[in-house]
Amino acid sequence: MEQPEIVKGASLWRDAWKRLLKNKLAVFGLVVVAIMAVAVIVGPAIIKWATGFAYDTIPPDGNLIKSFPPSLQHPMGTDDSGRDILARVLQGGRISLMVGVISTVVSLIVGVSYGATAGYLGGRTDNFMMRVVDIIYAIPYILIVIVLLSVFGGPNTPGWIQSIAGSIGGGSTAGLSQIILLFFALGLVSWLTMARVVRGQILSLKNQEFIMAARATGVSTPAIIFRHLVPNALGPVIVYATLTIPSVMLSEAFLSFLGIGVQAPFASWGSLAADGIKNISVFPWQLIFPGVTMALTLFSLNFLGDGLRDALDPQTRKF
Amino acid sequence: MIEENGKILTVNDLKTYFQTEDGVVKAVDGITFTLSKGETLGIVGESGSGKSVTNLSIMRLIPEPPGKIVSGTIVFDGVDVRQLSIDDVRKIRGKRMAMIFQDPMTSLNPFLKISTQLMEVTELHLGHNKKQAYEHAVKMLETVGIPDAKNRIDGYPHEFSGGMRQRVMIAMALSCDPELLIADEPTTALDVTIQAQILELIKDLKARMGTSVILITHDLGVVAGMTDKIIVMYAGKVFEQAPTFELFANPANPYTKGLLKSVPDPAHETGAELYQIPGLPPDVAHLPPGCPFAPRCERAEDICRAQYPPFVETNENHRSLCHFAKEVYAESIQENSVKTGVAKTTEIELNPPA
Repeated sequence: MEQPEIVKGASLWRDAWKRLLKNKLAVFGLVVVAIMAVAVIVGPAIIKWATGFAYDTIPPDGNLIKSFPPSLQHPMGTDDSGRDILARVLQGGRISLMVGVISTVVSLIVGVSYGATAGYLGGRTDNFMMRVVDIIYAIPYILIVIVLLSVFGGPNTPGWIQSIAGSIGGGSTAGLSQIILLFFALGLVSWLTMARVVRGQILSLKNQEFIMAARATGVSTPAIIFRHLVPNALGPVIVYATLTIPSVMLSEAFLSFLGIGVQAPFASWGSLAADGIKNISVFPWQLIFPGVTMALTLFSLNFLGDGLRDALDPQTRKF
Repeated sequence: MIEENGKILTVNDLKTYFQTEDGVVKAVDGITFTLSKGETLGIVGESGSGKSVTNLSIMRLIPEPPGKIVSGTIVFDGVDVRQLSIDDVRKIRGKRMAMIFQDPMTSLNPFLKISTQLMEVTELHLGHNKKQAYEHAVKMLETVGIPDAKNRIDGYPHEFSGGMRQRVMIAMALSCDPELLIADEPTTALDVTIQAQILELIKDLKARMGTSVILITHDLGVVAGMTDKIIVMYAGKVFEQAPTFELFANPANPYTKGLLKSVPDPAHETGAELYQIPGLPPDVAHLPPGCPFAPRCERAEDICRAQYPPFVETNENHRSLCHFAKEVYAESIQENSVKTGVAKTTEIELNPPA
């Protein structure tokens, strides 16, 4: 029998992708974020190969002033100790982006499971679980992070964090431990909103007939939550996750700026800005380059997040 | 084990109540029936009469809270479903009792491929591996008459039409060859042509697989052609219970008579307005002390408003909840004999009693 060719239906993702490409700002954001991601991953190595400067290379000469303005050898100039700022910005970007991404992944895993479970089970369980969220929410997150970092930071770092840091190797274990601690601290607070977002989605989905149909075929509760409900809530979750990355990065920059986040010899955009601001009137490039890079990245991530929201949920699109 | 005698399902005095701010809603209030193997039972009634809740109770799918099965037994193949743990119920659901829902547009998960949804059932209950489950799924789709099943199976629900989706739902429900199939208004959301096809399909599969079926509907035409016996529900109660032919020929309850009169009858089109039962179904949270149908009933008398009616047995298989059941029954028989023995209602295609 002759069969007509099957028309491949446009999936939700392909539709969303098409809509995203129509949004110029979102495409701009996507491109900048992609370039930035590639740059921070391979950039430091290239610079080291090209100029011999790693992010923590301090030139041996004994000049009194080591901070030079941008030049061909140092496109972004050098800092107080003579370190190449471009290398440090890229290295700092690596940590900043990593903090953003890892904390968001943590918030995704914890927030989605927690919110979906609370939303689906409902009743008293839901009430209890969400009140816990409310309580953690009520404590200023900066306070939680500061307390965590100062209690467990420095010499008090728990052994297991040190061993993780040790196993990653490279640089100082203490500095890495501090960064890992920062991941945990930021991840701990960033899942709260995610849990609320997901719970709201699940609440509106769980009374749909297909969930009843799944229950009627004997599917177990965890399978209903994770196979049937969560994928349906994925749109808003992805959007919120893209918007979580910049907000976590901003928190990290803020903490590092205050001096309780990433510590030397490691750099993040926040700590670079903190270093730069001391010399703003004399060596403005120390602040401008890290600052602009960070601002550009955060803008781009926000544009991308907004674009994704419009693409994944066409009903809320403004015309 | 509780005695069976070829009965697949015995529901006895089932009461399912919902706790609401407005008081206790007695959605199902003391319903009793039996279903033999291979038999088809029709449950008819207006919206809110408790048809769906009855069947959700049988499947133990009542949301608790606010709902609760307050009393009664639901004996499925010798086991009281109410006494089972939820894990044991889950093993029965989808495997031995399956359900088809009203709206095929919303009862398939829009995010999962048809194949995934079909395979889930057999992987769960029959212990199939991916390959077996996939083959079984293709076979089931072919069984329910989806052309080109091999290529269609990896599609998403939105690529199927309403009728096709209902076929997929039926394939899913019948995947594990269940002993009991509950079809909750399976054709309400479909147009008339597709409706006929789907009903034909259910009838055909039922005959082939020997499944017992409970068919919930508010379309009397549907039950007439499909069922062996019928329960008429109103306000959570069984108003009349009889073999299909008997019920259509000799209704013993004013409510059933009203329903039958409300069916459009093209053969006797006179230009007169179609009959309808006056009023609205009562609020089940605040039922009057007497017969719940009394305010709408044409022949209601004082006793109807004051006293709850008895469940009268008019003949061996025929019961009716009415103070005047015997009189209504006699009238029906008389009306029939006046019309030279042919009940007006039998012109809706009736299955002759077996």
